[in-house]
Amino acid sequence: MKELFAIIMGASLLVLMIPILYRIIAGPTGFDRILGVNVIGTKTAVILVIIGTLFDRVDMFVDFAIAYALLNFVGAIVVSRYFNRTVPLQEMEDRKPRSRRRAKA
Amino acid sequence: MIEVIASVPVPESANSPGWFLVHSIGMGMGILGLVFFLGTAVGMVRFPDFYTRMHAAGKGDTLSTMLMLTGFGLVIMEDFSITSWLLLVKILGIVLFIFLTTPTSSHALMRAAFEDDEMPLGKNDLKKLRRRLNTSSEK
Repeated sequence: MKELFAIIMGASLLVLMIPILYRIIAGPTGFDRILGVNVIGTKTAVILVIIGTLFDRVDMFVDFAIAYALLNFVGAIVVSRYFNRTVPLQEMEDRKPRSRRRAKA
Repeated sequence: MIEVIASVPVPESANSPGWFLVHSIGMGMGILGLVFFLGTAVGMVRFPDFYTRMHAAGKGDTLSTMLMLTGFGLVIMEDFSITSWLLLVKILGIVLFIFLTTPTSSHALMRAAFEDDEMPLGKNDLKKLRRRLNTSSEK
């Protein structure tokens, strides 16, 4: 019963990751790609717990899941700091809106 | 029903009705998490704008991960030994960690995108989109 539930959950998680992979490949901006990578990385922690259930070694795989969640968070923060120009908020609001790039409809 | 609930704390084997109740709750939480993740996947593909996609991804991803991990923590438990409790506490630790960090990274990404001059869709863009959709459906 437990194994069947784990297999069904893992298979449907993998199937539901396909649209997010599409967004990573075809995303119009780089931020869409980072967002998709972040979502898939969070779901990998769940899949690691599922794999641990199937191998009967959950106590070991839970530690992997903790490490993976930590790495995922650090990666997202590092990428957003890299793109961040650290302008003060007041200066950003004073900027003319015309200088901003419009999103393509 | 009252007997079943009262028999939860001291069950003997993994097949007793108390454990069946706990495992059913865990499986229900896992399936609810899958439903929320379906919403995330559909939103990531269908929404027109980066900020709307981030709305779908941030909220649905956080809630679905928390529900699925808690459900698996309940499904995995089979007795009240110390290792089993430690496992549940570790999984709840991951849940707490994700509850704190996924909104934080969403916020950092949103801020970085806004400072990188990425603009959300305005009213005129939506009008243009709707007009294009109408003409394409007529042809």
